[in-house]
Amino acid sequence: MGDIEQMIRDIKKKIFKTAVEFFKRDTFVIPLASIILSLFIAALVILSIGKNPLVAYTALIRGSFGNVQAFITTMIKLTPLILTGLSVAFGFRAGLFNIGAEGQLTMGALAAALFGVYIVGVPAIVAIPIAILGGIAAGGAWGAIAGYLKAETGAHEVISTIMLNYVASLLANFMVNGPFQAVGTGIPKSPEITDAAKLPIMISVQASSLSIGIIISLIAAIIVYIVLQRTTVGYEIKAVGFNPYAAEYGGISIAKNVVLAMFVSGALAGLAGAVEVLGLHHRFLGTLSAGKGFDGISIALIGQNNPIGVVFAALLIAALRTGSNQMQFAGIPKHIIIIVQGLVIFFIATERLVKTMILWKERKEEVLQE
Amino acid sequence: MNWLIAIVNIFMNPFFYKSMLNKATPLIFASLGGVYSETTGVVNIALEGIMLAGAFASVVFTYITGNPWIGILMAVYIGAAMGALHALACVTYRGNQIVSGTALILLSQGATGFLLQRIFGQPGSSDLVKTLPTWKIEAFRRIPFVGLIIGDLSPLVYIAFICVICSHFLIFKTKLGLRMRAVGENPESADTLGIDVYNVRYFGVIMSGILASLGGAFLSVGQLGQFTENMSNGRGFIALAAMIFGNWKPFGALGASLLFGMAESFSYQLQTQSILKLPPEIKYLFLMIPFVLTLVVVAGFVGKTRPPASDGIPYEKE
Repeated sequence: MGDIEQMIRDIKKKIFKTAVEFFKRDTFVIPLASIILSLFIAALVILSIGKNPLVAYTALIRGSFGNVQAFITTMIKLTPLILTGLSVAFGFRAGLFNIGAEGQLTMGALAAALFGVYIVGVPAIVAIPIAILGGIAAGGAWGAIAGYLKAETGAHEVISTIMLNYVASLLANFMVNGPFQAVGTGIPKSPEITDAAKLPIMISVQASSLSIGIIISLIAAIIVYIVLQRTTVGYEIKAVGFNPYAAEYGGISIAKNVVLAMFVSGALAGLAGAVEVLGLHHRFLGTLSAGKGFDGISIALIGQNNPIGVVFAALLIAALRTGSNQMQFAGIPKHIIIIVQGLVIFFIATERLVKTMILWKERKEEVLQE
Repeated sequence: MNWLIAIVNIFMNPFFYKSMLNKATPLIFASLGGVYSETTGVVNIALEGIMLAGAFASVVFTYITGNPWIGILMAVYIGAAMGALHALACVTYRGNQIVSGTALILLSQGATGFLLQRIFGQPGSSDLVKTLPTWKIEAFRRIPFVGLIIGDLSPLVYIAFICVICSHFLIFKTKLGLRMRAVGENPESADTLGIDVYNVRYFGVIMSGILASLGGAFLSVGQLGQFTENMSNGRGFIALAAMIFGNWKPFGALGASLLFGMAESFSYQLQTQSILKLPPEIKYLFLMIPFVLTLVVVAGFVGKTRPPASDGIPYEKE
């Protein structure tokens, strides 16, 4: 009997040790510490305007998860954010800073809407995949332009993707005000897509309907995880991101992988755009991105470029965004949420500052123990 | 033929050039700011956020004091503070410069939106405040045609041009400028020669904050007399493009900003040409030109631009 008890104790100890090690890892501690620190600073800001931070944060949680409708709204916001987060994270893994998820999302949405509107007379099982693939291809191609320029001429991807964002956004405006405008509306929006191209709705409360887009996003996260962890393609892309020259010496082509990584990164953002059009708006609105591509950067950083981390980081951002309206009703400007997001990213950027602060605390504890 | 007449019409109109100058001024300030920062080796995509903060600060302090010049002065301080914050993150703590820039953009959007509601009691836009009075320069006004363009502009437009000239002198003709360039090209050698790399980088980034903030102030108290949420509207990124298009040099940034301003002004003027009967959406295609041009230039298909060798790389002292 004693042996078994000893074994159980050993196993427990082992699990505990693994858990402690996991939580002690930088990839977990840095984002978590940054989030806590930012929420704390925001609480001070809320206090300074004479409001109760506890009331504010309760309103925030109630507004994002408090009832079914709130939960659905959060899930609707979450859907594209997972994908843009994955997009930026995938780029980071290859050592590329894809600041262009915004433009790639727009192109994906535009392509999906074009297919959704003009493919008529086919069943949903044909229309939906075609429209989605159209979105993926358009986003991927838009990303691959930046990849190609980087590989071929050394143009920095941050600059080229910023430029491509503007070109995409102006093209979108041109389309919805011109050739792709819904007839007779005079409003910048495309015609509605055909019913066959609309993603099936899973659950619907009042005006909010959650489509299967969220499932698509989660599947994408799993696929990206598998590709990065278990395939040769993923290994090569990570190798190029980790040390391009060593990778090239080892026979991995930098150019090929840079273009490929930017294509995949763009394709994920394009998928986000397609899912937004097919599952939510059912038409192309031109300016529908509203910073989702930019949020992808925050999400990738908070999720430390790990697909699973990205899902949780996207959930955090989606919940903050949804819940902030409830905070507004409680008299606290909802912009406090953007301040929180900015602070988290700032602390992640100054990783060393956060580390020094944590270490300082640990050292103090050690001193106290002695 | 109609096209030709319309284009000649636009280029004969002095107000086309005046509008070009007004549209270019915020870009001149911000892209010049970019030149300072990147010459010392620090990428500053936070220009967008700093412009927004400058636009906001100048409106708030003009609102409080009733004097737009005090508003401008406060924009300078806020810009310097935000530049210092960026430098703290990426010079002292050697963080990723683009991540820190992203954070500052978010912080600025959040803080201006938050304070806008607190100070003016409503989201969206501030109350109207006094705008900076224009300078009517008699000597210029007497010149035919040109007088209509440069005789009656916001003082900040003239200041922008003066800043460009002074910056060219500072960066290429003074000891400090030489140090800035040395730090941006090869910080290790500069360090060996006894140059304080961190201090020089701080100087570059803080200067970029001040200039970008002035560009933002021009948008609000220089022109509109009001702050509206997110009013920088991507101009910080456009300024980044102008800086690259201008090959990381003050006069280059000026030229590129004028070109971008011209494209914007041209696309609007084109619609007023009744001879062409253009659909309104065509302006989006014209607005695209500067970005496509910048892509072409960055890709090295036409001409060659080159960033400072150590641009974007944190420097760690031994």
